[in-house]
Amino acid sequence: MLKISGVSAAYGPVQALSDVSLEVPAGVIVTLLGSNGAGKSTTLRVISGLLRPTSGSVEFMGRRIDRRAPESIVSMGISHIPEGRQLFTDMTVMENLMLGAYTRRDRGGVQRDVQRVMDYFQILGTRRDAHAGLLSGGEQQQLAIARGLMSRPRLLLLDEPSLGLAPLVIRGIFEHIQRINKEDGVTVLLVEQDAMLALSLASYGYVLETGRVVISAASGRLREDEGVRRSYLGY
Amino acid sequence: MLHVFLAPAPWENWDLFGEQIVAGLATGSIYALVALALVLIYRSTDVINFAQGEMAMFTTFAMWSLTLAGFPAWTVIIIGIGLAGAMGGFIEMTIVRPVENKSALSVVVVTLGLFVLINSLASAIWFKSGEPKTFPTPFSDASVDLGFARVTQHHIGILITALVITGLMYLLFNYTKVGLAMRATAHNPVASRLMGIRVGWMLTLGWMLAAAVGGVGGVLIAHLTYLAPYFMLPVVLYAFAAAVLGGLDSPGGAVAGGFAVGVMENLLGTYTPQDVFGPEMKLPLTLLLLVIVLLVKPSGLFGHAETRRV
Repeated sequence: MLKISGVSAAYGPVQALSDVSLEVPAGVIVTLLGSNGAGKSTTLRVISGLLRPTSGSVEFMGRRIDRRAPESIVSMGISHIPEGRQLFTDMTVMENLMLGAYTRRDRGGVQRDVQRVMDYFQILGTRRDAHAGLLSGGEQQQLAIARGLMSRPRLLLLDEPSLGLAPLVIRGIFEHIQRINKEDGVTVLLVEQDAMLALSLASYGYVLETGRVVISAASGRLREDEGVRRSYLGY
Repeated sequence: MLHVFLAPAPWENWDLFGEQIVAGLATGSIYALVALALVLIYRSTDVINFAQGEMAMFTTFAMWSLTLAGFPAWTVIIIGIGLAGAMGGFIEMTIVRPVENKSALSVVVVTLGLFVLINSLASAIWFKSGEPKTFPTPFSDASVDLGFARVTQHHIGILITALVITGLMYLLFNYTKVGLAMRATAHNPVASRLMGIRVGWMLTLGWMLAAAVGGVGGVLIAHLTYLAPYFMLPVVLYAFAAAVLGGLDSPGGAVAGGFAVGVMENLLGTYTPQDVFGPEMKLPLTLLLLVIVLLVKPSGLFGHAETRRV
């Protein structure tokens, strides 16, 4: 579904990605692991069009997207839920959801999807007129995911959904991610600090180090890999 | 010591007081429109457009030419609004866009440059004679008796126009998809792009709307003052005061601020002792009030600090 080949990218003079290649097959959850500054978020930014790669290509469902603007990539079916959630904090929960559906023209479908995400994330239903900035951290993360789903994506790019949340809340969020993948068939590319958690969900993982892919393997094998265990799983 | 008063005290002549209030609301509605224009741009780009008044002045001159050419008043206004919008959009795309990602200060300098540029351009085209021009009203100068005051139809006309435009803006921003997208762009441009919003278009649209709204303000006040390249200067100063008073991020606040400043200006000009606070002291007094408001409530009367939970 998604194929990145030999991508390099930079922030000004700072090289952030060097020759990164990875593939995300349809219907699965793939995870990107690595320490801070390894290039995980940058990879997502390149895919969603926020950052233009200096070389290499990104293909989505057989079409090149690496020269496209984010607003046109969204309508192709990629939804990026960025680091730090980036909600519209001065707007209501409902307005955030409607903005998630901005590219869609089918009003009836949008209404049904609002209902659907509110069934998924019940707290959002009870707080639909509250300002997003006043929700708790866990609620905000649920809203970020719900908003991301409103565009009916085929591929969801999730950046650190566990950041700053309590363990119990994180569990809930990850159960939702799993459900979205299983029931709705949404493919997920997950960036996560908590490698153990990410590998329990994903079927395949890539490990990034200073902007390069250093290991890639099925989750089971990554969990058993000596180097990965020592560096990222901590046992 | 005896002071020189121009007007009898309100309790000696209530009609005059009522007229001053209505006239204040009328000029206030112009300040409200220009303040609304300032807020529209400030909210989306965090920039005060110092050229707002000059853009309005330019379109008013263009409308004056059209009037001379014999077009009927309402046709002139409709063409004028379109012209103003086009000018706003053009300026945003060609002059503001290249510096948009630079510091806010660069954009401020650009709008100051625009101020000078537009002013000189208008002087060269329309003001070689150096003679201020009169501008016709699309309404009428016939007076209307409101019971408590006699005012002109023009005053009532601009009051209603301002309220209608404010209402339309409210509907646009709160009940339409494009309005929602414009608010989102003002709030978080990066997240807006991820939602699929064409942020550049929204900014252009914001400038178009602001220029059109400000242009209506210019054309309506020109009849009350006169038309010259510098005629919008006091208007824009009052509009700044109004916008800051109401809260720079609050369109409703800017409009309320406009009315407040207009009424205050009129009352100060009428009821203060002329040998102490002559009409020329209206502006400094209004600005003094502004400073006091900012000392007490820096975000303005209706502005709010961003909602954020920490």
